Amino acid sequence: MIATDIAAILPEVILAVLAMGALLGAVYTGGDRTTPLLIWSAALVMVALGVWIGFGMSGTRTAFGGAFINDGFARFAKVAVLWSAAVVLLMSLDYLSRCDLLRFEFPLLVALAVVGMMMMVSAGDLMALYMGLELQSLALYVAASLRRDSVKSTEAGLKYFVLGALGSGLLLYGCSLAYGFAGTTQFSGIIATAQDGHVGIGLLFGLVFIITGLAFKVSAVPFHMWTPDVYEGAPTPVTAFFATAPKMAAMALFARVMHDAFGAAVADWSGIIALLSVGSMFLGAVAAIGQRDIKRLMAYSSIAHMGFALMGLAAGTGFGVQAMLIYMAIYLAMSLGVFAFILSLERDGRPVTDIGNLHQYSRQQPLRALCMLVLLFSLAGVPPMVGFFGKFYVLRAAVEADMIWLAVAGVIASVIGAFYYLRIVYFMYFGEEREPLDPPASTVQWAVLVASAAVMVFGVVNLLGIEGPAAMAAEALVR
Amino acid sequence: MIGLEHYLSVAAALFVIGIFGLFLNRKNIIVLLMSIELILLAVNINFVAFSAYLGDLAGQVFTFFVLTVAAAEAAIGLAILVCFFRNRGTIAVEDVNMMKG
Repeated sequence: MIATDIAAILPEVILAVLAMGALLGAVYTGGDRTTPLLIWSAALVMVALGVWIGFGMSGTRTAFGGAFINDGFARFAKVAVLWSAAVVLLMSLDYLSRCDLLRFEFPLLVALAVVGMMMMVSAGDLMALYMGLELQSLALYVAASLRRDSVKSTEAGLKYFVLGALGSGLLLYGCSLAYGFAGTTQFSGIIATAQDGHVGIGLLFGLVFIITGLAFKVSAVPFHMWTPDVYEGAPTPVTAFFATAPKMAAMALFARVMHDAFGAAVADWSGIIALLSVGSMFLGAVAAIGQRDIKRLMAYSSIAHMGFALMGLAAGTGFGVQAMLIYMAIYLAMSLGVFAFILSLERDGRPVTDIGNLHQYSRQQPLRALCMLVLLFSLAGVPPMVGFFGKFYVLRAAVEADMIWLAVAGVIASVIGAFYYLRIVYFMYFGEEREPLDPPASTVQWAVLVASAAVMVFGVVNLLGIEGPAAMAAEALVR
Repeated sequence: MIGLEHYLSVAAALFVIGIFGLFLNRKNIIVLLMSIELILLAVNINFVAFSAYLGDLAGQVFTFFVLTVAAAEAAIGLAILVCFFRNRGTIAVEDVNMMKG
């Protein structure tokens, strides 16, 4: 019994044990000297686990009395989380060593956060949900204040901590109400109490609180306040991590809770999520216009993208979940490329983040500017790029679910949002003369940037086959 | 006779006090940490009350998880606060303002 349970969570166990072992090893041997080794081995382990989970597992297995579900949906999210975290680790190595930030805690915090995310996306019980979420959040609070001698970084950590704890508290209050009025913490039990499509008022309150807490985690408007400050203050590799894997995990958890636990009451939550979605898309599009700091700008951009992903979820259908997963996968690929670019921006050996530094960048680095152009067009959703197809999927999901107003709002918001992406392109190609930035040194960052841009161009053919797995994942979740 | 609704009322009151403590407090960050604890403890009262009412142990198990995580959370919060204090020299809420927003 316990052996089969352990077998179902073996990838998580392996990653957690390795992370804790590496922590002991790093403390006892040499501390920060081991960091490059730790980063490489953590990335390799994550890639290997991703391959194993993605290609070596099939079917649906539950463990620990239904608290842990390993199905196609969880596997899709886990592979995305593991691979994006590995890419972030590899491309941060160069930045960390140049900025004298090569702390061995960073890869370990990322690994532990990834364990938490894998728990989250596999949760089949409110307890598993909470423990996974907190494991992820606690690791991320520390990661945000990684540069502990900087006011900005510690302030980012503090703000993230306070607002993250508030989000967890709201979620937990919702969990307690759901437990009380459904009589069980298991998702399968909660959905059974609402099976006739009618949800009691107590359970409804629980649902609203849970949605609020999850909206904090995916930084949906009006619970987005922490995002720009945390993105700006945290060291750039940490920001790159925040923008990718935790977003995927939180979005997958959102879909998991909504469909697995409250799938019988779609009408009750799809309106709330549609409102979150509209708010996020518009705020992300409008508030980014005035930003000069590219990390802050990416924060608002990620808020807008979460709005689009929530649109797929708001549809409340299997196709909506599939669209959401495709959108998130494309978003991860784009964000990794953009952050590889941001990590390489330096002047006189110091990292810079002001977009004013990008004037005439195309003269200095034609290939990089071209890749960035492709990525920005893709982020804006300009048709030939893959980013357009992500938006197309979620819009189609909204239209098929008879939420035409939501789709129209999405199109308007994406037109507004295109402005600030295209402004960066304008700076890079037609800006005024400035003294040039340092020539970038890292080949990993270059490779990630070029690969990401190539995906945005050549992925148009068949979206790199992502539709099939996403459809299977959605099918596993929405039955 | 004290029934379930009384416990829920107390928990709801504590929860609301905690939320207000987070938003209205203008003095110092320690108070924010205390408000967060208050929220979590309100949730614990809810869980234990429901657990006793339903005759189901899951709620009390959940309470232990919440207590454990709350301890870890407080430790991390205080650690970040100490780092912040070393850099900034103050823990007043209105001084957490290096970045706008």
